[in-house]
Amino acid sequence: MNDVSDVALRLAIVFVVFLVAPLLVGQTEHKVMAHMQGRLGPMYAGGFHGWAQLVADGVKFAQKEDVVPAAADRRVFQLAPAVALLPYLLVLVAIPVGPGDGAVGQVIDAGIFFVLAVMGIGVLGSLMAGWASANKFSLLGGLRTAAQLLSYELPMLLAAASVAMAAGTVSLTGILDAFEWWWLPWQIAGALVFFVAGLAELQRPPFDMPVADSEIIFGAYTEYTGLRFALFLLAEYAGIVILCALTTVLFLGGWHGPFGADGLGWLWTLLKTALLAFVVIWLRVSYPRLREDQLQKLAWTTLVPLALAQIALTGIVKVAIN
Amino acid sequence: MHSVAPSVLAAAVADHPGFLSPTGVEIAFVLVGLTTLGAAVITVTTRQLVHAALWLVVALGGLAVEYLLLTAEFIAWVQVLIYVGSIVVLLLFGLMLTRAPIGRSPDADSGNRWIALGVALASAAALVWVVVDAFRTTWIDLEGPAQGSTAVTGAFLFRNWVLPFEALSVLLLAALVGAIVLSRKHDTDTAVRRDTAVRPDTAVRPDPAVRPAPDPADRRGKEEQS
Repeated sequence: MNDVSDVALRLAIVFVVFLVAPLLVGQTEHKVMAHMQGRLGPMYAGGFHGWAQLVADGVKFAQKEDVVPAAADRRVFQLAPAVALLPYLLVLVAIPVGPGDGAVGQVIDAGIFFVLAVMGIGVLGSLMAGWASANKFSLLGGLRTAAQLLSYELPMLLAAASVAMAAGTVSLTGILDAFEWWWLPWQIAGALVFFVAGLAELQRPPFDMPVADSEIIFGAYTEYTGLRFALFLLAEYAGIVILCALTTVLFLGGWHGPFGADGLGWLWTLLKTALLAFVVIWLRVSYPRLREDQLQKLAWTTLVPLALAQIALTGIVKVAIN
Repeated sequence: MHSVAPSVLAAAVADHPGFLSPTGVEIAFVLVGLTTLGAAVITVTTRQLVHAALWLVVALGGLAVEYLLLTAEFIAWVQVLIYVGSIVVLLLFGLMLTRAPIGRSPDADSGNRWIALGVALASAAALVWVVVDAFRTTWIDLEGPAQGSTAVTGAFLFRNWVLPFEALSVLLLAALVGAIVLSRKHDTDTAVRRDTAVRPDTAVRPDPAVRPAPDPADRRGKEEQS
């Protein structure tokens, strides 16, 4: 009985984090973008600096009519938001927040592979949405999503493999246990590659060609309304949380910090994740959208060689240490 | 396979528990197996092209769950990563790029379907025969420490199967190089193709051997346009 309640409690906590963290990132994005552009952003909903803006948005989405285009493939169209969102919930279960086995939803032996594999499934949601909408713009969005994913999956995997080599394990908790502060400069190239490739996988600016609103309206999500559209948005922000948390765990040492590693480890994880999320928002405000050829060029001529060089460096240092 | 498998598996082998009174894991294994089989059959029989690709996701995912139930966690996640995450995305990309109609495609059929069925049954029979012959009544103890964890799989692969592993990587490398060679345009070819593309009404194709080499500056301009 104790085991069952323990597992239930962990899953409940993960679920609550899954619902709250993306909203926090979303609200931060509203405010940070506004201030970077010399605006105030939402100020009315909830009273204090518009803190309830996203709650109000959620209520609005829930009231809207759920439209399925007549020519669409109904079942695939309706299934797509769930396919896009649920993988991120699964990934969150495996991310360790603090030291020890107590601060992770579920310890998974092949953690890196689990996380990357399940994140890859989420993109199928965009592809399904793009195809099933029976809309040329949506199809173009789906195509661009697939093209982007195919080229950025490889550098992301290679960068993650470099950390696994350094730690000698593919388990996320194991990697954090093996972490030393000098891994930071050692794995910095891998960290950059991982973060950039992750941004591209999430279709965040400057890699937002697949949803480019000024060219193809909103890509795969053009035909979506109401709650299903909200689910896609939630998936995007959940993706940001997951990517930042993963980069923190793999490259920035997770719960390791200059002090307070015993009781306050989880705070370090959250702080680093929040900082990275801020960088994600910052990039959206400061960089213009990359063109398709620039996207492919960046992936194949910069990120892949960089990731391979990082693996070589990791191997050399690892052998030298031993 | 005969010489290696029993010695390594010996530690993992439990007593033969019999086929009656199945455990929960065994029941789940059979149920997931049936689902996988069903999804695979729909994949090859459906008339809707994109649905076939999506059912393939279910079939491959079911296979990953089977690996998980046999405690081969690493293999399961790699299965999802490579097949669901990359191969199916590639398939969908190819379909969307060429032809992905919504609804049934009446011509999504082949005269070879009976031959294909025969080949599928023959290869399935061969696989089942090999597996049954290799393992006989060996049972894996699912209760003890994981027999398919990453460490065990890695040690097994690089101690006993390193030669096939390397041979396969050379094969894949050869395929990669082949793909690059095939997709590279040859200079003379492209010059001719571009020439005909600019003037589609030319009846006689200009002989690339006789034609003077195109001006490099001119060529660069055309590449930028296209």
